[in-house]
Amino acid sequence: MKTGFYPGCSMKGSAREYSESLLAVSQALGRELPEIPDWNCCGATAAHNLDRDLALALPARILAAAEKDGMYEVLVPCAACYSRLSVTRHELLGDEDLRRKISGLIEADYRGTARVLNIVEWLGGIPDLESKVRKPFAHKVACYYGCLLVRPAGIVNFDRPEEPRSMDLLMKKIGADPLDWAFKTECCGAGFSVSRTDLVARLSGLILDDAVQRGAEAVIVACPMCHLNLDMRRPNIEKLAGKKYNIPVIYITQALGLAMGIEPKKLGLQRHKVKVKFTQGLAKPPAASITPASAKPTAGAKSASGDSPAEAPFAGPSAKRGA
Amino acid sequence: MRSDNHVQHASQALADRVLERTGVEADRCYQCGKCSAGCPLAAEMDFPPSQIMHLLQLREFPEFSEMALRSHTIWLCLTCEICYARCPMEIDIPRIMDALRHEALARNKVNPKAKDILAFHRAFLDSVRTTGRLFEMGQIIDYKLRSRHFLQDMLQAPWMFLVGKLHLLPERVRGRRLLGRIFARTLKAKEKRP
Repeated sequence: MKTGFYPGCSMKGSAREYSESLLAVSQALGRELPEIPDWNCCGATAAHNLDRDLALALPARILAAAEKDGMYEVLVPCAACYSRLSVTRHELLGDEDLRRKISGLIEADYRGTARVLNIVEWLGGIPDLESKVRKPFAHKVACYYGCLLVRPAGIVNFDRPEEPRSMDLLMKKIGADPLDWAFKTECCGAGFSVSRTDLVARLSGLILDDAVQRGAEAVIVACPMCHLNLDMRRPNIEKLAGKKYNIPVIYITQALGLAMGIEPKKLGLQRHKVKVKFTQGLAKPPAASITPASAKPTAGAKSASGDSPAEAPFAGPSAKRGA
Repeated sequence: MRSDNHVQHASQALADRVLERTGVEADRCYQCGKCSAGCPLAAEMDFPPSQIMHLLQLREFPEFSEMALRSHTIWLCLTCEICYARCPMEIDIPRIMDALRHEALARNKVNPKAKDILAFHRAFLDSVRTTGRLFEMGQIIDYKLRSRHFLQDMLQAPWMFLVGKLHLLPERVRGRRLLGRIFARTLKAKEKRP
């Protein structure tokens, strides 16, 4: 019974700190994460935009390789890859003719035995995570889920498609204060980062603005594309908005790593465009470095929904309908 | 500008071809507009998603199907899945958008405003086809050649290299010959390249 790991292309390149921090955390937790042998690109947005069979065949080859290697579940930390792999598994398991056709294309029999897990599910499945916390991550955070971690709801069967809570619950476990905010699942512009940077700057700017207005000290992400757009595209965002945003964007695994007392350098925090100024997990956040929550008082925003994340009717990762 | 090719080409209406390929019925849409209200890029689109549904429904006017096929909308769709999440009729609009893109591509009817977006997708898949994984540096060079935006992000690459995010050599997958065959049987077999 082993859990495989599908890094995907971003995590080997522009998002390498996501991979570095995940592996540092998994090592500290004593969980092995072997990579799927000879994995290929999932095809991402490009494949499903241009050809349906290609968009199914590329993930099917990955999943078939995982199955062949005896993996019963696969951790896919990139939300975009997670979506492509989940959609493929869903479609091929629901249509025997299609499964046969795609198996023919990839010259291997895809059976669909390996489950696809996202990072929040995987971390949520680790018992007693709280006991691993050495330096509580005592910061106000805006958990940004983006689109593909939670949608399409009928396929990923994970958390709510809008106003999700799973990442907020994880952040609470490591001592953070997750805020209520309006842009949890709004799109950052995703794959248009290069081809339509203007649109990405606008959409990502709205996300940062809301997080800052509510008094967040960091945006927590679980997707390389979201990170790229919110962090690396910061100069484009600031140019369009005509103002500066100092709020850092941190991968969920980096926040967890910091809380577990792992060295910031091992978590790749030095690779961010927007520097993370509280890397030592200080209990007292450097409030001066962020734009003050002038218009909206944080307390008001927090109590807007009334209930705390712990009492929310969120089913939790264990409720995911597997197989 | 408008050709009537597809009318002679396929006796079937566009909405029915989409239905056949995806199992998704645009006819179920009753124009409540929730998709267009939630769509992050509706303001940039020539037709918001709900109007695309309407264009498909009006089968008796082939020119409307043609407008949907040649729209900028279908290329601006980010597949963020908000429309599908909010649709009271649970119409899988992103899937319709995918099918419309495939159709536009096969019939050479891609909106000229979408040329950069398409260039990026093609550069991405070229990289995957040759090495099996995305080689970011190669893809960006390929994109610049295709789109002619040579000066874009000139300062981004050196920074990425300095922080260790940009590799100068691609990672190659052992099974890339198989991947080459997969591409040959799918994208390359169907696409009429301009």
